Amino acid sequence: MVNLRNFKNFITDTVGLMTTGSRLYYAWVGFLLLLIAMGGIVYAGQMRDGLIVTNMRDQVSWGFYIGNFTFLVGVAAASIMLVIPAYIYDWGPIKEITILGEMLAITALIMCLGFVMVDIGRPDRFWHIMPLVGRLNWPSSLLAWDVIVLNLYLLLNWFVVTYLLFSAYLEKHYKKNLVLPLVLLSIPMAVSIHTVTAYLYNGLASRPFWNSAILAPRFLASAFCSGPAVLLILLQVLRRTTRLKITDEAIFKIAELMAYTMGFNLFLTAAESFKELYSGTEHMVYFQYLLFGIEKNGVHYNTLVPFAWASILTGFIAFLLFLIPKTRMNWTTLNIGCVLIYASVYIEKGMGLIIPGLTPDALGEIYVYRPSFTEVAVAAGIFSLGALVFTIMLKAAVPMMLGEFTISKGRKAIDSPEADSIKG
Amino acid sequence: MTDPKPIHPPAGAVESSACGGRREFLGTAVATVAMALTGCGKLSKEEFLQHNFRELSKDELQTIIARLEREYEEKYHKAVKVGNEPAMPGVIFGYALDLSRCIGCRRCVHACVKENNQSRDPQIQWIRVLEMDKEEGVNIQHAEQYYNPEEVPRESHFYMPVQCQQCKRPPCVKVCPVGATWKEKDGIVVVDYNWCIGCRYCMAACPYGARHFNWGEPHLESADVNPATHYLGNRPRAKGVVEKCTFCVQRTRNGLYPACVEICPTGSRKFGNLLDAKSEIRQVLETKRVFKFKEDLNTQPTFFYFYGV
Repeated sequence: MVNLRNFKNFITDTVGLMTTGSRLYYAWVGFLLLLIAMGGIVYAGQMRDGLIVTNMRDQVSWGFYIGNFTFLVGVAAASIMLVIPAYIYDWGPIKEITILGEMLAITALIMCLGFVMVDIGRPDRFWHIMPLVGRLNWPSSLLAWDVIVLNLYLLLNWFVVTYLLFSAYLEKHYKKNLVLPLVLLSIPMAVSIHTVTAYLYNGLASRPFWNSAILAPRFLASAFCSGPAVLLILLQVLRRTTRLKITDEAIFKIAELMAYTMGFNLFLTAAESFKELYSGTEHMVYFQYLLFGIEKNGVHYNTLVPFAWASILTGFIAFLLFLIPKTRMNWTTLNIGCVLIYASVYIEKGMGLIIPGLTPDALGEIYVYRPSFTEVAVAAGIFSLGALVFTIMLKAAVPMMLGEFTISKGRKAIDSPEADSIKG
Repeated sequence: MTDPKPIHPPAGAVESSACGGRREFLGTAVATVAMALTGCGKLSKEEFLQHNFRELSKDELQTIIARLEREYEEKYHKAVKVGNEPAMPGVIFGYALDLSRCIGCRRCVHACVKENNQSRDPQIQWIRVLEMDKEEGVNIQHAEQYYNPEEVPRESHFYMPVQCQQCKRPPCVKVCPVGATWKEKDGIVVVDYNWCIGCRYCMAACPYGARHFNWGEPHLESADVNPATHYLGNRPRAKGVVEKCTFCVQRTRNGLYPACVEICPTGSRKFGNLLDAKSEIRQVLETKRVFKFKEDLNTQPTFFYFYGV
């Protein structure tokens, strides 16, 4: 009973922390709420008129929404880039910040589920896909698998984060024999969410672009580039704006690991390109559409070409910046590298994966897809929702992690301006 | 309005309703929350809570059909009959198309739209006719769907109509996350339009471009409505769900040919029971050289192409 009352206090105080802050905090949250509202209004239009307000059609039946979904699954999986060095190699400097990776995973998963919800034609029937109440076509459908693993991973991360913070709030040390198995479990879980998402495409023999055995390894390799890139920037922001101690050593260690995954990612991309382009079967047409464009009936279709090369080029430059110790340990070049690799993977695992998979379509038709205003606005709304979720989680978590806010400390202070030094 | 779910399932109820108690309770709870969340005010509670076609008891199905017929009558101001004829025993439908006879006139496309109540705006067509170069043979990268010459057939071209191939191993059925599409005993792959969530995974999986999505609200004039419909076939659809060719299930289960077979002016289209050794389709399979489209994918279509002359 005491625990329950404590948990109630914990929740109340968490909400309290989330809803009080500096002017800057309110401005930022307000800005995000505005973008979310805008996305919501545009989405209401989509609900009314149907998905016809997007530029998806029968030929290209998945687009920007599913592209973003796929990319964000990668970001969610990347939190284990912190867990592995921290727990497998027992490397201290990262251990204290793994919780940030888990919060990033929660955020990314919420955005993933958001993108799936806005993509389906009948959101009112979402209960059909819920285990037990609906009629989940498991184990046959990979989408059924994805629903299960994504939700389990969300639940796992949510539980670990809540438990760690609740322990800190109670000024107790967390139970190692509870947390360690769960954190270790999160490693295969992270691999599985990305593998299952890759298999979702991989299993479709009708789409040769996706029907490649190294699709899942490519998904994992690129995820371990883009996710940590977000974290690296975030860690730098947090150590400036909060009293969180994040050592240079920790950041450089993550950057070093990223250099390996980036190299591996480039290698896999090269392996795939070689196989397609050298053998030059009729299946090459999708790669050709992506990299060089194709000509049909005198029209040259090359919409994706600049994006594809931008992705390869930025990926390569970022790899060099991370590989060379001098540029890796220079904040400017490191951050440039982070932005470049993020952009590279965003293109590669988003539109660069979905669109050439579906173009030319099953009957050879070329439909040039570009996201419509609705798609971009709704996506902006979902990204803002993610930013909001992450902001308010950090807002409450940071003072608890620092031990500045516990059941006995700082509780009254949340209304006073001194406590506002923590910004989201 | 009576509740479509009887408290005591009748003796003839489908087996899966055995675990209905818990599911029903959870379903109602989830549905109520969902309705509040998605704000689907127009949606009736009955429609919202309706279960998958294959889980419905006879009584439930009758109630649903009565509701659908009432809704269609309100919407189109004419009586629409929604049938639910099951597959006939001893029948597996097969289809064969003679590529040497087809002239690409697209009469089949239009007859199909007329028969199957497809949306006229935006337009949905279940049959796509590909114009191919004779030089290239069956090569979809050289196919043109939007050919529009004065006269067909065009010199040095041949025509290949493509519709659902009613595969024996349908990838669309395999991938559907909610079991909203399945293969019936007579070989027809059908969709439960009231269960489909509109995720379009089946469209990505189909190698024949045979599945079509209602991107917008389907528009169908009252005068254009074909009132003889089937629950799993040509009854008018709603936006946000996938639809496809059903070999005109509303006709073929009543002994008629599909509309495309009947309209074809060149007799290129052959249809019949694969289990009947004397059927025309079996004659074609035994005497002609047939091929299956994209055979390497091992989808095993029951739709064959052949060169009759």
